[in-house]
Amino acid sequence: MKILVPVKRVVDYNVKVRVKADQTGVELANVKMSMNPFDEISIEEAVKLKEAGVATEIVAVSMGVTQCQETLRTALAMGADRAILVESAVDLQPLAVAKLMKALVDKEAPQLVILGKQAIDDDSNQTGQMLAALLGWPQATFASKVVVADGEAHVTREIDGGLETLAIKLPAIITTDLRLNTPRYATLPNIMKAKKKPLDITTPEALGVDVTPRLTTLKVVEPPKRKGGVMVADVAALVDKLRNEAKVL
Amino acid sequence: MAVLVIAEHDQTNLKPGTTNAIAAATKIGGELHVLVMGEACKAAADAAAQVAGVAKVLLADASAYAHSLPENCAPLVKDLAANYSHVLVAASAFGKNLMPRVAALLDVAQISDIIAVESADTFVRPIYAGNAFATVKSSDAIKAITVRSTGFDAAASTGGSASVESIATTADSGLSRQISQEVVKSSRPELAAAKRIVSGGRGMGDGDKYRAVLEPLADKLGAAMGASRAAVDAGFVPNDYQVGQTGKIVAPELYIAVGISGAIQHLAGMKDSKVIVAINKDPEAAIFQVADYGLVGDLFQIVPELTAAL
Ligand SMILES: Cc1cc2nc3c(=O)[nH]c(=O)nc-3n(C[C@H](O)[C@H](O)[C@H](O)COP(=O)(O)OP(=O)(O)OC[C@H]3O[C@@H](n4cnc5c(N)ncnc54)[C@H](O)[C@@H]3O)c2cc1C
Ligand SMILES: Nc1ncnc2c1ncn2[C@@H]1O[C@H](COP(=O)(O)O)[C@@H](O)[C@H]1O
Repeated sequence: MKILVPVKRVVDYNVKVRVKADQTGVELANVKMSMNPFDEISIEEAVKLKEAGVATEIVAVSMGVTQCQETLRTALAMGADRAILVESAVDLQPLAVAKLMKALVDKEAPQLVILGKQAIDDDSNQTGQMLAALLGWPQATFASKVVVADGEAHVTREIDGGLETLAIKLPAIITTDLRLNTPRYATLPNIMKAKKKPLDITTPEALGVDVTPRLTTLKVVEPPKRKGGVMVADVAALVDKLRNEAKVL
Repeated sequence: MAVLVIAEHDQTNLKPGTTNAIAAATKIGGELHVLVMGEACKAAADAAAQVAGVAKVLLADASAYAHSLPENCAPLVKDLAANYSHVLVAASAFGKNLMPRVAALLDVAQISDIIAVESADTFVRPIYAGNAFATVKSSDAIKAITVRSTGFDAAASTGGSASVESIATTADSGLSRQISQEVVKSSRPELAAAKRIVSGGRGMGDGDKYRAVLEPLADKLGAAMGASRAAVDAGFVPNDYQVGQTGKIVAPELYIAVGISGAIQHLAGMKDSKVIVAINKDPEAAIFQVADYGLVGDLFQIVPELTAAL
C-alpha cells in the first residue's frame, strides 16, 4: 500500500510573526521556515505504518517555491521513500492544493493520503476535507489513533466533547491531530541518506490544474494589543480588583 | 439571495456556536434559512425556528445524518447551496469537518474562521495563530464560510417564528460509519460558550492535582475548565479541554490561567477574553503580558487561598 503525505513549508512555530508595514502580509524575509508541525505527525504515522508492514511506499509532496525541497528532504530523512515538488510561485490556496493533490493521486494511486489538520500559517483547516470531496473518498479528520486492517481504517478523532471512532473504507483521507504520535527526529545518517533519495519536480501546468487564487487578500493588519498587565501583591488584592475594578465577580 | 446556516445540534438542542453563526449571517443580509440535518431531530429544528432572524428552517431527517458523517451530509448541502449566496457554519469540530467538503464539491474557496463581515464578499479572519488579521475578498459565486464564535455575539434563541419545512434527504454513502463515541458528560458549562473559565497548564503537575486544585475554584465560579496543550499531552485532562490555536478558541468574561506559560499557540485561543488573570511562579512568563491581573507565586498555595476568599 502506498501512502501520499503532503508537507507544507511554513514559518517555524516558535517565530512570532510581524505584520509588514505596507499591510500586504507578514514579514517572511530571514524568518526561520520549517515543516508544518502537523505534517511531521503525518510523516511519522506513515513511517509507523510502513514499519508495521502495512505500507510499502511513502511519497512526500510539497507545493510552492523551490525551497520546499528542504522540507521534502526533511520528510525523506524521517523515512519517506521519495518526494515530489509541485513548483509554483503562485499563492496556493487550499482548493488549489487539493486539486493538485487530486492530480497526483490519479497518477500515484495511493490507498491513503495523510495530511495535517491545519497549516499553522494560514490556519485554514481545509485541504484534506477538500481532497476527500474531489476524490469522492471518505475522510477521518483530527485523528488521534489510526489502525489499518481489511481494507478499512479505524480512526479515532478528537471532536468537541470527546472522541469518536470511525471506520472508513480505503482509499481514504486522514488528517492528523496533535495526540496521534510524537514525530521522530531525523538522524544524521538518515539526513545523509535522504540526499540520495529521488525528488521529482513538476508544475501545476504539467498537472493541468488551474491554481488561480479565489480569495484576494486586501490587507493584513496587527490585531488590537491588550494593554500591559497589572501585577497584584496577593490574593486579597486580586479579589478586590476582580470585584470592584473589573466587576466580574 | 438567501443565506443558509448549517445548524450544529444534538438532535434536541442547538449547540452554542450555531447562534453565533446565525448572527454572522444576519450581518451579511438576505433571507436567513437554517438547515438541520440529523436523525429524529425535529426538536432541534423547532429550536432553530425560534432563533431571532431566522425565516425558514429546512429539516433533513434521516439515519444517514445521525452521526454527522461528512460523506453523507456534504452532498445534501451541496445540492441546496445552489439557491444561496452564502453557506455558513460554526468553526467547531463539526463545522471544520464538513464545510471544506461542501466547498470543494461546489468548486469554491472556503473562508475559514471569520471574525467580522465587511461586506457580502469581504471578511476578516485571523492567520498565524491570531498574530495577524487578514481582510479577504472572495470571487466565488457561493461563499462557504466557517464562523469563529468569539467574533459574533450570539443571536437571541427566542423571538423568531420561522416555518419548518421537511426536505428530501440523500442516501448513506457506504464509505464510512461510526463505531463508537466517548463524549464526556459534564455538569459544567461548555468550554466554547462559558462566561468563566479556569484553565490549567503543565504547572499543575499531574491530573490528580489538576482536579484537586482547580475543581473547587471552578465550582465556586460556576466556570468551565480548560487546559494548555502541555496539560492535555501529559494526560491531565481530555483532549477537548485544550484552548489555543489548534484547540478551542474562547473569549469568556473571566479567564484564569494557572501554571500556563503563555505560548503563542495558547494565547491564540484566549487573548480575546474580557478579563485575564494569570497565576504563575515565573515573573517572566509571557502569560503576564496579556493578563489584566497577574499574581506571581506557587499555584498550590495561591489557588486554594483564592477559592477560600470567594
Ligand atoms: C502545532 C502546534 C500547535 C499547538 N497548539 C496549542 C494549543 O492549541 N494550545 C496550547 O496551549 N498550546 C499549543 N501548542 C503548545 C505550545 O507551544 C506550548 O508548548 C504549550 O502551550 C505550553 O503549555 P504550558 O504553558 O502548560 O507549559 P509550560 O510552557 O511548560 O509552562 C508551565 C508553566 O507553569 C509554571 N509553573 C510550574 N509550576 C508552578 C507552580 N507550582 N506554581 C505556579 N506556576 C507554576 C511555570 O513557571 C511555567 O510558566 C502548540 C504547539 C504546536 C507546535
Ligand atoms: N502548499 C502545500 N504543500 C503541501 N501540503 C500542503 C500545502 N498546503 C496545505 N497542505 C496540506 O494540507 C494540510 C492542511 O492545510 P490547510 O488546509 O491549509 O490548513 C497541511 O497540513 C498539509 O498537509
